Amino acid sequence: MHAPVAAAALAEAERATRAADRARRTGAIVTHAILILGVALFALPIWIVLMGSTHDAATVSRGEVPLLPGSEGLANYLTAWGEGSAKTTRAPVSAMMLNSFVMALLITFGKIAISLTSAYAVVFFRFPGRMIAFWSIFITLMLPVEVRIFPTFKVVSDLGLVNTYAGLIVPLIASATATLLFRQFFLTIPDELVEAAKMDGAGPMRFFKDVVLPLSTTNMAALFVIMFVYGWNQYLWPLLITTTGDVETIVIGIVRMLGSEADTDWHIVMATTVMALIPPVAVVILMQRWFVKGLVESEK
Amino acid sequence: MQKRVIFPDKGLPYLLLAPQLAITFVFFFLPAGQAIWFSFLRQDAFGNRTEFVWFENFAELFADPLYLGSIRVTVVFSLAVTVLAMSVALGLAVLADRQIRGATAYKTLLIWPYAIAPAVAAILWIFIFHPQIGLAGRFLNGIGVAWDYKLNGAQALAVVVLASAWKQVSYNFLFFLAGLQSIPRSVLEAAAIDGASEARRFWTIVFPLLSPTTFFLLVINITYAFFDTFGVIDALTKGGPAQATTTLIYRAYIDGRVNLDLGSSSAQSVVLMVAVIALTAVQFRYIERKVHY
Repeated sequence: MHAPVAAAALAEAERATRAADRARRTGAIVTHAILILGVALFALPIWIVLMGSTHDAATVSRGEVPLLPGSEGLANYLTAWGEGSAKTTRAPVSAMMLNSFVMALLITFGKIAISLTSAYAVVFFRFPGRMIAFWSIFITLMLPVEVRIFPTFKVVSDLGLVNTYAGLIVPLIASATATLLFRQFFLTIPDELVEAAKMDGAGPMRFFKDVVLPLSTTNMAALFVIMFVYGWNQYLWPLLITTTGDVETIVIGIVRMLGSEADTDWHIVMATTVMALIPPVAVVILMQRWFVKGLVESEK
Repeated sequence: MQKRVIFPDKGLPYLLLAPQLAITFVFFFLPAGQAIWFSFLRQDAFGNRTEFVWFENFAELFADPLYLGSIRVTVVFSLAVTVLAMSVALGLAVLADRQIRGATAYKTLLIWPYAIAPAVAAILWIFIFHPQIGLAGRFLNGIGVAWDYKLNGAQALAVVVLASAWKQVSYNFLFFLAGLQSIPRSVLEAAAIDGASEARRFWTIVFPLLSPTTFFLLVINITYAFFDTFGVIDALTKGGPAQATTTLIYRAYIDGRVNLDLGSSSAQSVVLMVAVIALTAVQFRYIERKVHY
């Protein structure tokens, strides 16, 4: 009497489990499908430009929007690299890329260097004016370059730094974000380490070089990614400070390339766009691990 | 704030601080101070007489219909960018969080738009929305919609919003995913055993627990929409057509660079500074309280 009931219940339970499994699997497939669709939608603009950059001028300006590669890729990239867009640019892409690299790298290393030393001073020393120094750095968080563009431009032009690397770079180097991140990290260095170093007769600079710097490499790597992207992508400041082609960056140059639309070399613009976005995207993807950690930590 | 064990040197810390403090003073405090000072001055048309006019520049600014128009554009634009970028990112993060196996791969696939410059993102979107050479632009014109963001203000605003939000989604996604992954699984499993539906679990458990992340991102996204989208607007619409995409930062640029109106552009800088200070203050209040329901 009991056996058949138990068997039926068991079968019923098994059916339910299988149904739940099926439902879960269907759910997983739907989730993946939506995510893949999302990823594809995000990649679509890049794909169009990547494919368009391998076609000739006529195809692109007729508006055919090719979704498959063409045969003019090498020619387009070589033209952009060596000459730029004939009618609208002041410099070839190679020169603008060099300017962008110089700017992004100097901003990055400059920010990391001055933030390391100032965070070290604030954490490991006690001196009059320490809190004032800390707060003056901290408060610059509230003054992004965009809100003080013209007054800052005036200072830079009074110093005669328009159209120079110094004018392009130095005003962007002060960084409250990096200083705060290093300060946070330095506070976690155990006091015993400092004591041991002092007992061994190491001075502050020796301790900085042999203990603090090696311990900070992960933080430096994270900041490198964030600051490189920040430096490479600057727009408003270089737009004001570069009035000739000498120090023009790629991000500025590409917008100038659009010109008045009627005479835009769209295929060259596409090839230039691809080249302009490769360095920062490569840095982010290759250093993803440090970048994500650094981003989430530095903003907290 | 301070370590117990420190180095006794007196001069060295000043030397270490000097580079950062020098740059901060020359390129932050000096210009900010000048902006405040100039915002109270007015130069005559020839630039040879300067007069102290108290708050007249500000009064004129807030009586100027063009400036009020930019405030309206900025509010609509920032809200649209923030809501769009955050809701899409949250949706994707919730889905990616469900797939423990694929989450890392999706993270890599969604992370890279963060690295693209706003101006370059704008150019990518030209090839989607340009009325003659863009994929969607041609399609819309083909089915009879009069699509041209260079002529239609609402369409222009829509395109700059899309391009700006597209770039910001990856940043929001990273933070939402990190937030979701820190929610203890046991709480969600307990609710599931109690029979709470997935939607109910999301709105009564996940969303409240995410609120610190959400508030933080809210401030970051508004700041982004205010300031970092300058490149998007300059590359796509130049503030047009008919000022439809002229945000406050774009107007400050036009008035200073093109119209060379020092008093007015300084007053605008001061207004923007007040806005940033307010946003930062809100952010710190919320972070300190660690918002929870």
